[in-house]
Amino acid sequence: MEPTQLLGFIKAEMTQRKRVSNTQSSSQNKRQSVPLASQEEDDDSTFTQPSSSQVQRGLERFTPAQVDQKTAEVVQFFLVRDQKKIPVRRADLVKHVLKDYRNIYPEIMKRAARTFDQVFGLKIVEIDSKNHMYILVNKLETAEAPPITNPTNPKTGLLFVVLSLIFMKGGAVRENLIWNTLKKLRVDAGEKHEEFGDVKKAITDEFVRQRYLEYVRIPHTEPVEFEFRWGQRAEVEVSKVKILEFMGELHDQDPQSWTQQFREAHSGSSQSAPSNR
Amino acid sequence: MDYNDYNYISTDYNAHNYRKKKKQQQQEEEEKEGAHCRSVTDQSRDMARPMEDSHRRFLQTMMANGIVDEQSARTLCQYCCETHNTQHTPDKLDDFIETINSKLQPMFMQIRKGMSEDNGHQFYALVNMAETDVTRMSSDYADNELELFRKTMDLIVCSENGKASSTDILNSADTLTTKKLKKSETEHLLNRLVHDKWLNEKRGEYTLSTRCIIEMEPYIRSMYQDQVKVCHICRNIAFQCQICEKPTCGIKIHNPCVARYFKGRAEPRCPACDDFWPHEIPEVRRPRSQSKR
Ligand SMILES: [Zn+2]
Ligand SMILES: [Zn+2]
Repeated sequence: MEPTQLLGFIKAEMTQRKRVSNTQSSSQNKRQSVPLASQEEDDDSTFTQPSSSQVQRGLERFTPAQVDQKTAEVVQFFLVRDQKKIPVRRADLVKHVLKDYRNIYPEIMKRAARTFDQVFGLKIVEIDSKNHMYILVNKLETAEAPPITNPTNPKTGLLFVVLSLIFMKGGAVRENLIWNTLKKLRVDAGEKHEEFGDVKKAITDEFVRQRYLEYVRIPHTEPVEFEFRWGQRAEVEVSKVKILEFMGELHDQDPQSWTQQFREAHSGSSQSAPSNR
Repeated sequence: MDYNDYNYISTDYNAHNYRKKKKQQQQEEEEKEGAHCRSVTDQSRDMARPMEDSHRRFLQTMMANGIVDEQSARTLCQYCCETHNTQHTPDKLDDFIETINSKLQPMFMQIRKGMSEDNGHQFYALVNMAETDVTRMSSDYADNELELFRKTMDLIVCSENGKASSTDILNSADTLTTKKLKKSETEHLLNRLVHDKWLNEKRGEYTLSTRCIIEMEPYIRSMYQDQVKVCHICRNIAFQCQICEKPTCGIKIHNPCVARYFKGRAEPRCPACDDFWPHEIPEVRRPRSQSKR
């Protein structure tokens, strides 16, 4: 999604300014600032899933319009995060969006999921059941690219190369091999790239945060070495069939000739949710 | 970027306020027929047809693009219908979008139609009507940068010709209350705002992008009631335009509306006061040159 969100803040400010100038009072002009620093540490442990009877009782405290409004806020929150490919943490959602509505959390999530399904053709997927992290994936089957130009992020190409490399090498690749391969493609991870910017940071930080990649220490290495694997988002969002087709074109080779990869790509679960978004 | 930088101010802006405001807006819009930013959805009959995958795919593409010109929207609609084997009626684009809008409305989103002030072409933009900064934690703009954008909007709205010079913007950067921006930082920020399609730039002068106008029109109308003028021809809000030079008249007409209105007329006269129209009459711009957003 495009950064259409910049204006939300400005509109809120304008509405407030207007309200203040109309009523000559600034009592409404309160901005709630969430303290930012503590959030990394604050975990999910304070939140317990409410029982269905709690939800039932909770629902009685709110009007249908209030529940709809809160659902819309949750949907917006997911969309904004999805724009940057950042997973939604349940703890953040509860603390900053649901707030007083936390005891009807399951009901709100049910409605948000229904909206994503029926209106946007998207699905909420839990990619980390321990920390309760969610992402949006496309439910619509892959189609050829739409006839109008989608603004593509240049880094998508870089990501695709790294994911391909990992997939072709059986699922895990030592860090150095990534840097060396990229060097052969004339992308030097140590230098600022014209299109990708800081390549090393994109791969070890941005893609990892977005859950496209996992960057893990290889046990018992001295000096310490790291390897890359596919992250949970890549597993649900990126088509291995597509990657094989891409490799086939690149090497002018039949995708079936990579027997193991071909089998894995066509083994069902991994074919699921490719998207052209 | 710190994605925890999360700040939310919707609590005092509840659904009730929203609806009240929406109703007001609607009344305002009904008063001036053919509003620039009219909703493609007629709110009063939102029992539109159910949404299908073709609509969802259209919406997903709109989310990725933000704004598309009318011709592209038609092509996209056809593509989406063909992809999902849905019946496609070429002249029913607005109905197709209305179906989407009826389902988007509860999410405070909408696909709106509006005109480009540069070439007069119609565009469709996906706009977000939520007045929150739910958003700011993912925003690439810092507080003082947003403040400068606001000031630039002030300059543009209050100018005669809908433009702000880079000099004026740089000067207003000295008056920021949050945190001052250096000259080089301001220049860099302006480049980013153009790149992200909030502003257009031509020869050191900045204008609001089509998308920004479509999304912000209702707010600009209510915030700048005294400054804002509408185009005498199309009744949409007018920034870049020509102005009747008779002081008691002073109506505004968009450049593309000037081109269309005076086309083929021997002696251009103001449609309001009948005075001679002294400005150069631009050419009518044909659609389908890949147009600027
Ligand atoms: Zn006009
Ligand atoms: Zn006149």
